[in-house]
Amino acid sequence: MLVLEDVHTHYGKIEALHGVSVEVKKGEIVSLIGANGAGKTTLLMTVCGNPQATSGRVLFQGREITRDLTSNIMRSGIAIVPEGRRVFSGLTVEENLHMGGFFNTKSEIRKSQEHVYELFPRLKEREHQRAGTMSGGEQQMLAIGRALMSKPNMIILDEPSLGLAPLVIKQIFEIIGKLREEGITVFLVEQNAHQALNLADRGYVLETGRIRLHDTGKNLLANPDVQNAYLGG
Amino acid sequence: MAAHNLKHALFCAFITLIISYPILGFDLTSRGTTVVLEGVNTTTSIGVLAAVIIVFLFQYFRDSVMGSLRQLPAINPLANREPMEQSKRLKLESILLTLMIIGALIWPFIASRGAVDLATLVLIYIMLALGLNVVVGLAGLLDLGYVAFYAVGAYTFALLSQYYGISFWFALPIGAGLAALFGLVLGFPVLRLRGDYLAIVTLGFGEIIRILLNNMTSLTGGPNGIGGIPDPTLFGMEFGRRVKEEGNTSFHETFGIAYSGEHKVIFLYLIALVLAVITAIAIRRLMRMPVGRAWEALREDEIAAKSLGLSRTAVKLSAFTIGAFFAGFAGTVFASKQGFISPESFVFLESAIILAIVVLGGMGSQMGVILAAIAVTILPELAREFSEYRMLIFGAAMVLMMVWRPQGLMPMRRIHIELKRQE
Ligand SMILES: Nc1ncnc2c1ncn2[C@@H]1O[C@H](COP(=O)(O)OP(=O)(O)OP(=O)(O)O)[C@@H](O)[C@H]1O
Ligand SMILES: [Mg+2]
Repeated sequence: MLVLEDVHTHYGKIEALHGVSVEVKKGEIVSLIGANGAGKTTLLMTVCGNPQATSGRVLFQGREITRDLTSNIMRSGIAIVPEGRRVFSGLTVEENLHMGGFFNTKSEIRKSQEHVYELFPRLKEREHQRAGTMSGGEQQMLAIGRALMSKPNMIILDEPSLGLAPLVIKQIFEIIGKLREEGITVFLVEQNAHQALNLADRGYVLETGRIRLHDTGKNLLANPDVQNAYLGG
Repeated sequence: MAAHNLKHALFCAFITLIISYPILGFDLTSRGTTVVLEGVNTTTSIGVLAAVIIVFLFQYFRDSVMGSLRQLPAINPLANREPMEQSKRLKLESILLTLMIIGALIWPFIASRGAVDLATLVLIYIMLALGLNVVVGLAGLLDLGYVAFYAVGAYTFALLSQYYGISFWFALPIGAGLAALFGLVLGFPVLRLRGDYLAIVTLGFGEIIRILLNNMTSLTGGPNGIGGIPDPTLFGMEFGRRVKEEGNTSFHETFGIAYSGEHKVIFLYLIALVLAVITAIAIRRLMRMPVGRAWEALREDEIAAKSLGLSRTAVKLSAFTIGAFFAGFAGTVFASKQGFISPESFVFLESAIILAIVVLGGMGSQMGVILAAIAVTILPELAREFSEYRMLIFGAAMVLMMVWRPQGLMPMRRIHIELKRQE
């Protein structure tokens, strides 16, 4: 569904990705783990075309999107939950969700909204609350809900567990599991390697802009190198 | 504590003295071929001394003065009230608006000619402020060169009428359209800029337009401006004593009433009123439409808005263009009202005043902006004797507002949009 072929990405003169190849197949959950500054966010943003890859190819559903505009890519069936949530803090929960379905018809929006409320009953309770006044966990739910409003085929999550309590993280990961059951392909970036690999069909390990390891989630969890570096030994 | 205050107060008083005395206390007068320095009359010296004492006293008792200033919000009965319920507030607002419009319709028939003229100016400022409100209040783009689009509207009409004899009604859409086009073109290069940088570049654009108008003497008449701009007509009826254009009739003859100069003033006022109402309604509509929500989303979080597939270019340009369009509207009316325009009318101060109206009114709120436009235009007129101190009063009002009601007269409460349940 999503393919990156030998992608290089630069920030000015500095190369942040040195030839990365990743594939996410339809219906999978694929996790990408790596230390701070490894280039995980850069990789996701390259998929979104902001910044664009300097060489290599990005394909989504068989179509090359390497040089497409961000706005076009984001309307083609990919949704992203950006790092740090980035909800519209002055807008209410409901209005945030409506922004997520910006390009859909009203009836589609209404349907997706009900669906999101089913996944996150907590959001329904807080429908008219300003997003900025909600807790971090609630904001993360909202960010995921907003991404789902466009009815994406694939959802990309950038560190959804960042700064959340273990119980909330567990809830979020449960929801991610549910999304797969609904047929949404998931590409997950995490520092929280244990849970991310446990849930994932396959996983990639990114180190300073290069893919170091690539295997099934189970195998990566059992890999001694991964255990040493990302699972605390 | 007191000792510290005393030292500080003495220091401030001293600074006041050494700043104000050399500037105000001496006079350069020419005696024959030489220029001599003279001490000025005693009143000024006493004034300077009084200022020094006031500064000293204020600084010495600063804590208690600021303390009581902080009490001000408590005096304001509206300050800490719970916000009204959405539906109730909307109803109240529409009742208030209707009353205002009815009042505005009756106004020209009871007020003096000068008052009607002033009210026309207020309406022009309302149009301008509502337009700038889209750019600054809703889209969050700080535009300090807004007056440029006002100038484009005004000059479009002036030039079209001078060279091609085009009437007000044809020039109105052309002026607004051209201003919008300028907004679009000037918007492109500044799209990537944010905050302070955007403010400075737009400030530059505003000045460029004014200087161009000033220097293209052969076309615009330069600093001499353009005069003889015609008044609007009503279905081919002119409001002058004699008909100027062939094929037109005169208003007072058609209706068989005596000629009066007031007809024209009232007619212009009514046109401005209708256009201001159209502006308010159109922008209100836009705010509820997806494009309005996109402006807000982009203002709140650009990255998040982009991640949802919104195009930054399209959203920002639309705000710029629509804001400029209404400035063009206002400019055309202004040119017609004055009958004469020159670059002098479009200096940076105008941009600053319009921006002040938007800020005073509470960014994004239409009612607030309308009230602020009325206050800012009328107050200096009421206080004619103080007209030299207009800017001073303005500054003081701004400072007081920041203390008393930092969110503006009527802070924006966003319209809540409900999806219709049936479809
Ligand atoms: N806008 C930018 N301009 C310049 N360099 C950048 C920019 N964004 C990221 N980088 C650099 O690119 C490298 C990869 O950063 P990136 O944000 O992708 O890391 P990450 O793996 O997401 O880290 P984290 O886990 O902390 O989020 C870092 O060295 C970073 O300094
Ligand atoms: Mg990151």
